[in-house]
Amino acid sequence: MRKLGAMAVTGAVLALALAAWTRQPPLPAQGGAKVAGKIKFVGTKPAMPKIDMTEEPKCKAKYQGVPTEETVVVNANGTLGNVFVYVKSGLPASYQAPAAAGPVTLDQDGCRYHPHVLGIQVGQPLAIKNSDGILHNIKAKAKANRPFNISQPTVMTSSKTFDKPEVMVALECNVHGWMHAWLGVLPHSFFSVSGGDGSFTLAGLPPGTYTIEAWHEKYGTQTATVTVAGSEAKTADFSFAAK
Amino acid sequence: MTSVAATAHGAHAHHDDRSFVKKYIFSTDHKIIGIQFLFVSLFFLLVGGLLAMQMRWQLGFPGKPMPGGGVLPETMAPGGVILPEYYIQLVTMHGTFMVFFAIMPLLVGVFANFLIPLKIGTHDMAFPRINMWSFWTFLIGGLVMLSSLFVPDGAARAGWTMYAPLSARHDYSGASLGQELWSVSIIFVGLSSILGSLNYITTIINNRAPGMTWFRMPLSIWSLFITAILGLLALPVLSGAAIMLLFDQIIGTHFFDPAVGGQALLWQHLFWFFGHPEVYILILPAMGMVSDIISNGSRKPIFGYHSMVFAIVAIAFLGWIVWGHHMFVSGMNPTLGSSFMVSTLVIAVPSAVKTFNWMGTMWRGNLRFHVPMLHAVAFVAMFVIGGLSGIFMAATPVDMFIHDTYFIVAHLHYVLFGGSLFALFGAITYWYPKMFGRMMSEPWGKVHFWLTFLFYNCTFFPMHITGMAGEMRRLYDPNQYTFLQPLQPIRVFISISAFLLFATQLIFFVNFWWSLKKGKPAPQNPWEDNGLEWSLPSPAPHGNWEKVPTVYRGPYEFSSPQSTEDYLPQYTKLPTDREPARAPVAGH
Amino acid sequence: MHWWLPAKASTFTGPIDGLFLAILIITGIAFVLVEVGLIWFSVQYRQRPGRKAFYTHGNTRAEVIWTAIPAVTMVALGLISNHYWVEIKGRNSVPANAYPIGIHAKQFEWQMTYPGADGKLGTADDFTIRNQLHVPVGRPIVVQLSSEDVIHSFYVPQFRVRQDIVPGMDIKAWFQPTVAGTYEIGCSQLCGLGHYRMRAQVFVHTQEDYDAWMKQAAQEASQ
Repeated sequence: MRKLGAMAVTGAVLALALAAWTRQPPLPAQGGAKVAGKIKFVGTKPAMPKIDMTEEPKCKAKYQGVPTEETVVVNANGTLGNVFVYVKSGLPASYQAPAAAGPVTLDQDGCRYHPHVLGIQVGQPLAIKNSDGILHNIKAKAKANRPFNISQPTVMTSSKTFDKPEVMVALECNVHGWMHAWLGVLPHSFFSVSGGDGSFTLAGLPPGTYTIEAWHEKYGTQTATVTVAGSEAKTADFSFAAK
Repeated sequence: MTSVAATAHGAHAHHDDRSFVKKYIFSTDHKIIGIQFLFVSLFFLLVGGLLAMQMRWQLGFPGKPMPGGGVLPETMAPGGVILPEYYIQLVTMHGTFMVFFAIMPLLVGVFANFLIPLKIGTHDMAFPRINMWSFWTFLIGGLVMLSSLFVPDGAARAGWTMYAPLSARHDYSGASLGQELWSVSIIFVGLSSILGSLNYITTIINNRAPGMTWFRMPLSIWSLFITAILGLLALPVLSGAAIMLLFDQIIGTHFFDPAVGGQALLWQHLFWFFGHPEVYILILPAMGMVSDIISNGSRKPIFGYHSMVFAIVAIAFLGWIVWGHHMFVSGMNPTLGSSFMVSTLVIAVPSAVKTFNWMGTMWRGNLRFHVPMLHAVAFVAMFVIGGLSGIFMAATPVDMFIHDTYFIVAHLHYVLFGGSLFALFGAITYWYPKMFGRMMSEPWGKVHFWLTFLFYNCTFFPMHITGMAGEMRRLYDPNQYTFLQPLQPIRVFISISAFLLFATQLIFFVNFWWSLKKGKPAPQNPWEDNGLEWSLPSPAPHGNWEKVPTVYRGPYEFSSPQSTEDYLPQYTKLPTDREPARAPVAGH
Repeated sequence: MHWWLPAKASTFTGPIDGLFLAILIITGIAFVLVEVGLIWFSVQYRQRPGRKAFYTHGNTRAEVIWTAIPAVTMVALGLISNHYWVEIKGRNSVPANAYPIGIHAKQFEWQMTYPGADGKLGTADDFTIRNQLHVPVGRPIVVQLSSEDVIHSFYVPQFRVRQDIVPGMDIKAWFQPTVAGTYEIGCSQLCGLGHYRMRAQVFVHTQEDYDAWMKQAAQEASQ
């Protein structure tokens, strides 16, 4: 009886010690800081080549005029769209991003990818949708992740996930050589793509000093360093010049 | 005067106290090994057929959900609709399984193993344990190839010809592990073939029975001998190429990738240098067995035995210098097109000689149309079509037009199915009694033959027409091309014929399996044939003979004036026969 | 329903179709001889009670005849075929005045580069269009074939022209269209999952229509 009791006490002590030793640091408080800004475009807006979709009548019919390539999208207010802005570094090593709610959708409509530039979290499903109902293939030329090349001959959705961060994964359709998209895979949710007004927002940041990178498919990358605390909102603008 | 070894080794033949595993699983008995090849290859024949059925569904009914397609995963056929990348896996795997795991092992693995010792008069192969290994490496190769259908990213999909750089780079094909497993599997196939060839060649040269001179050997054995030499020399080239391809795929070499200094055409030269002798490996044993069967069915000696032997040797020899005819428009130097054309046209001649000799054998015979004879005559009729269509391809300007069209698909199926597979149906039926001690059902054999003949021609003859119209190979959906749309009714006709053809093969399979236990018990010599194997009981026992027979004549002495019967076995001693001066070799 | 070779639209159809027909006749004769022979023998010499087969091991004279006739036929066929092969595909077969167009094949499209107003490839006025091959009728055309990635094959059935396109090699193929109209290029070497859709249109224009098209296309391209 006494032996049993001694064993029980030793066991409890060991268990408590083990628990203390392997105790996880507490999760950082849900961040409240925000970094936002605009991507300015300096110089003359380049003319984008037209896309001849004659070989794909079903797609051509979806356009009133002639569609153009989307390599450089300059908005009416002189800002640059399709710039991928994200937190490159600055989060604590122990930071665990909460799991994303739901998939990110990439749609093939009118023989174009919508959106042209997008972000996704590691492990988050990418729902690749074929709204055109004609053959598309999606080739992901990933380097850190597993590349893939799958076809979708009809209206359907395929799901893929990426398990390593990678900026950026090039996506293309080999059946329609003009179709390109760019996917940024990150271990957190702090990314944003500049839209029709050229602005981006990275919200919910925990306090800290961050390197923010802005990536454009033609004009390359630029970085900025921003320190935020509490529920601050800081501005960081970027400017890309025509080449 | 009698063979020195005959008395010494006689005792072991009938004492068989081996365990079940040693008798039937890890057997070194050439007959059991042949039967192992038979069971496994028939399974792979079925696999190859199932793959073709799916292809024909897509071609006949493009984009429609396949009946039963629901069992396939989303990556192959979502909602039962075959995906383009799955279609080209089907194309690739159908060709791969049929060539390497069905026809080649059925002809060589089964019949070289089963027939050689029996028909030349010896107890077993020269190297029984190596022989066993040739089966197990084959099985491993087959299982590896089968597994490649189930791996992530799917199976290899660059056609059974595996042209690089599509096959070498994952980013071009979309396949990864499956492509690599193809190479690994082929390395095993090559090994199996080499091990087998070593046995066949050595045994035939060294272990013939007394009196079995070279020119008393049946043509089935001659053809298996020559085939074994082809295999010994050609398969290493394929294995070498497969190793190079595997290295390109996994360790970063660039033999075949021009983007980094490799040569795409190098693969083609290596592959076809193997590939052309390979197709003669796929036909010569069939020709040899057909000769035996036609002579038996005609009750007449084979017409022009010596020419037949020389024709086999000529075909095999010339087979080494024609490989470029697969590459006339490949981008290789056009002058090579001229030289390969010459050799290709020349190789038509020995095949023509053989065809006329088979007809000469039937001429003025007393024809018995047992099931094997039906198949053998159909072989001649179908092989001729395949051979004649080959002449169109040999003429390089015409080949420029019909290369990579269904005309080629028609040609290859006429020689491989109309030729080799019909010969195999005949040969399996013919030697079944000696393998299993039972007869296959004759009426069902005839039903199977006639239905197969009908549906087979309905399936493959129209492909000559669609090929002439310009229909390319390996197209998931030919209707994408305006000029091919009018051919859709033909494609539907072909598909339906193919489904009926496949269904008909169930008759053969059921006949085969049912007869193993329920077939009529077979007499010793049901076909009244002359070969040495018919001197043994049905089935033949382990070790074959206690004392090997002595041979007094050639294998085709049917309707001989020396005999009251219309056959005269090689081993029957007539009062006028003398003993052979010496045993040809120091065999037992 | 189409039962024969495609429509004839180039100078190659004469020799190639002619050779095809000649071979068809020769092989047709052999085919009839063998098949009718087999059926005839099967009926005539079938087993009947009291019959005996004729015991013979062969006939050397017959062997010589039926070896010689195919051999002579094959030699003749070879000589005729080679003549046309050299004419169509030989190293020096491309006519000196052939009009050049660059064709760059990639998974799964065709990029045609036109020489522009100066008629020369490799100059500043060249322009590239996807999946459309425009050519003038009645002139030899030389297509300079290159591949971005895997082996493709340039094939226009009505021109009877086919040439594999090999990455790492620059290959020329020529043809001369004879009938104006629209045709299709089919990729004729398995090149991946989109192989079945790797199609381009071929427009054979009269010379004046071609010049008009060239002017308009060049203008659009420079915008």
